Amino acid sequence: MEIVFYIAAIVAIASTLMAISRLNPVHALLYLILSLLSIAIIFYVLGAPFVAALEVIIYAGAIMVLFVFVVMMLNLGQRTADMERQWQRGSMWIGPSILALVLIAEVAYLVASPGTAAYGAAAIEPKQVGIVLFGPYLIGVELASMLLLAALVGAFHLGRRTPEKTEK
Amino acid sequence: MASIPMHQGLLLAGILFALGLVGLLVRRNVVFTLMSLEIMLNAAGLAFVVAGARWGQPDGQIVFMFILTMAAAEVSVGLALVLRIYHRFKTLDADAVSEMKG
Repeated sequence: MEIVFYIAAIVAIASTLMAISRLNPVHALLYLILSLLSIAIIFYVLGAPFVAALEVIIYAGAIMVLFVFVVMMLNLGQRTADMERQWQRGSMWIGPSILALVLIAEVAYLVASPGTAAYGAAAIEPKQVGIVLFGPYLIGVELASMLLLAALVGAFHLGRRTPEKTEK
Repeated sequence: MASIPMHQGLLLAGILFALGLVGLLVRRNVVFTLMSLEIMLNAAGLAFVVAGARWGQPDGQIVFMFILTMAAAEVSVGLALVLRIYHRFKTLDADAVSEMKG
């Protein structure tokens, strides 16, 4: 069971690395889906099967399909890849990478310092999650519904086809 | 279940978050910016689930669900904005929007 975690973690890091460095948006999206699926496996290993299912259905399914549709609507292709290649030279990666490496070294030092424990907890069943979700966190559920409604209205308003004359 | 030390899960979340941060800083295509934001949100959710599994409480998973909701809302509005930017400026360069006023 532990080896599954490490393999999935390596796959997640490698595919995320590919996702942020590909030039073609479709290739990057496919690598990102792979990364999300491996994180779903990690959730399952950690004893969170409900969240693993949500990760596959909503993240790797719905949100990524939205991305793929938009990329298809935008007609991105070889021209975009050329533009990206022109925009970013290898030297652009050095500064942000060094800063992020410093940050990750600090995080690694903090979490590896003494005081951490291993967990061998049992899996948290979906029923348990649902009971807590609709008990103490009911206000959060209501706020999430309002957020989704606002996002729906906002996306509809932004995506609406306006008359050409207002565009100038 | 597996007995994976907590700091390894948190380390994975940190690495993924840092990768998303690098992508956010480096890429200039708006679609890649949104993808990097998704990576960072997902890494934050992973940290919550790891912490929830550490103490055997479902709260971490519930926070992950809220993050999922927020990511869905953010990405729908963000992609609608990407479509508008593309129709208006005929490019996805984030620098093209810097002349936006008001």
